[in-house]
Amino acid sequence: MHRSEQRDEVEMLAMMLLIRRFEERASQQYQAQKIGGFCHLYIGQEAVVVGAVAAVRNDDYIITAYRDHGHALARGTSANACMAELFGKATGCTLGLGGSMHFFDKQRHMYGGHAIVGAHVPLAAGLAFASKYRSEDRVTLCFFGDGAINQGSFHEALNLIALYKLPVILICENNLFAMGTSVTRSTSLKQIVDRAEGYDIPGDIVDGMSFREVRDKVAEVAASIRKDPHPAFLEVRTYRYRGHSMSDPASYRTKEELEKYRLDDPIIRLRAQLTREGKLTNEQFDALDKKAKETVMASVKFAEQSPELPVEDVYKYAYFDGEKK
Amino acid sequence: MREITYRQALNEALAEELERDPNVFLMGEEVAEYHGAYKVSQGLLERFGPKRIIDTPISENGFAGLGVGAAMTGLRPIIEFMTWSFSLVAFDQVVNNAPNMFMMSGGQFNIPITFRGPNGPAHQLAATHSHATENFYASVPGLKVCTPATPRDAKGLLKTAVRDDNPVLVLEAELLYSSKGMVESPDEELLIPLGQAEVKREGSDVSIICYAQTVPLALTVAAQLEEQDISAEIVDLRSIKPLDEEAIYKSISKTHRVVIVEQDRPFCGVGAEVCYRIQKDIFDELDAPILRVSQEDVPTPYNEKLEKFVLPNADKLMSAVKRICYA
Repeated sequence: MHRSEQRDEVEMLAMMLLIRRFEERASQQYQAQKIGGFCHLYIGQEAVVVGAVAAVRNDDYIITAYRDHGHALARGTSANACMAELFGKATGCTLGLGGSMHFFDKQRHMYGGHAIVGAHVPLAAGLAFASKYRSEDRVTLCFFGDGAINQGSFHEALNLIALYKLPVILICENNLFAMGTSVTRSTSLKQIVDRAEGYDIPGDIVDGMSFREVRDKVAEVAASIRKDPHPAFLEVRTYRYRGHSMSDPASYRTKEELEKYRLDDPIIRLRAQLTREGKLTNEQFDALDKKAKETVMASVKFAEQSPELPVEDVYKYAYFDGEKK
Repeated sequence: MREITYRQALNEALAEELERDPNVFLMGEEVAEYHGAYKVSQGLLERFGPKRIIDTPISENGFAGLGVGAAMTGLRPIIEFMTWSFSLVAFDQVVNNAPNMFMMSGGQFNIPITFRGPNGPAHQLAATHSHATENFYASVPGLKVCTPATPRDAKGLLKTAVRDDNPVLVLEAELLYSSKGMVESPDEELLIPLGQAEVKREGSDVSIICYAQTVPLALTVAAQLEEQDISAEIVDLRSIKPLDEEAIYKSISKTHRVVIVEQDRPFCGVGAEVCYRIQKDIFDELDAPILRVSQEDVPTPYNEKLEKFVLPNADKLMSAVKRICYA
């Protein structure tokens, strides 16, 4: 993709703000027990998905793990549909049937939301296989965390992806912790990107706190893949500000470490760049933030007022009977 | 009609579905250049090319998942497991991804995939290679499971499986691959619906409910029983899920006695479910307790004599039938 085709950066900043405010509000609603199950927040990692999605076409496939709210929002799923899903409502992006960890939006080529660590990497191979089978030039973006790289399905999938030269960008969102286990305690390698080398997949390290760096690297790799299908691996270094899930106080890391990353916040960074370049005033930023907050507040109201599926409907979703729901 | 082997029947089913629908492809270990570990895919690479007949590394979890992902986009993968015993390393993909996707995605993604291969004990392959997996998989909502016992059923059920819009498991049987039977000629479309049992032999004194490898066993025993003036009706389930309760009940309403002979284990086996349903729905039709013949509740031994003892066999079935017929 050429720079001229890229999304407007102010809009992308607005998207990062929307994700941030959405997650803050989701956290609050979880504590208020409006949201059930597990809830994993994306705060701190916004530049990764927004940067990556900004660099590809709308019909490229994206697939991710369970920390998926940001991925759906970045792809354009409405805050209403996302919040309603967390509330388990019929207006949610999977009708309240998937919940926080299983967001899907077929229309926007968001292929989930997968909660068994590493198990969606073979699915990504399948999506990319399908593109190649149909001679389409789509690219599959497969997001996963640093916790996935020691799982068997990840390794089997990487071998298949490399063997069949499938058009996948493997995006490891390395936030340094698999749940509470630091990468240094889980992974034998000094750097995660070296996993790719074992499969002869070209790899690179990207600063995940920089929207521009993520976007430019993904754009460069995607352009190369569209010319000639092949995989690529990006270790995107990022940080999640919150615990693994809502029940995790994250006592396995220091306050100082968290503060260090917060000072390098991806939203603050892009804002500063745009301000410096005269593309964004403080007033404009405040207006963007206000709008994000309002959108999210409205989504809570929407979710609260939405209906649930009637219980007997569960039988409609065990088997597909030929009629799309 | 002409006589062909179970293996040829499966091969015809694959070829016809590959021919009919460009979205269908076959993937698995040794399916292409080796023509299948059991030669089921003989000639398909030459006919359909490497784009659609795809060899994989030994990587069941990986290629099963690849199939599920491809199915999310509307392709119709046929994934071959060299044996269903090896599917256990792909259990997560078969159990967690394929059947859950439709519900989890709120009905946005159905998974039109067929998983197939030989299932159940063969001959002296010992514990790791002898799993009868039907009861594991039939317990999972979202999966359909069929177990063809004859060439005709193998062809008709596999073709139906490929056209189904849900994940369907076709559990074949290694020991049946060379067995022969009458099958419609290739110019006749043969589709056998899932969830439809078939009476393989009419009888009046006792119903023997069976499937897969226990069908020829039951037919052999029925012939021996005939000599002793016991008329056995053989009901081949053909599909484990959905289960054809109606056909089971119809037969029992005629004979009032039933033995279930299954190739899996006794604890939580298929027969346990069938037995539960019979007593729940047609208790008054029974003139004797329901008996089950299955494997012994032990891992399968290698030694031929011991293996024969562990598996369901003619002696066990014969004595079960005689016990409930008070013969």
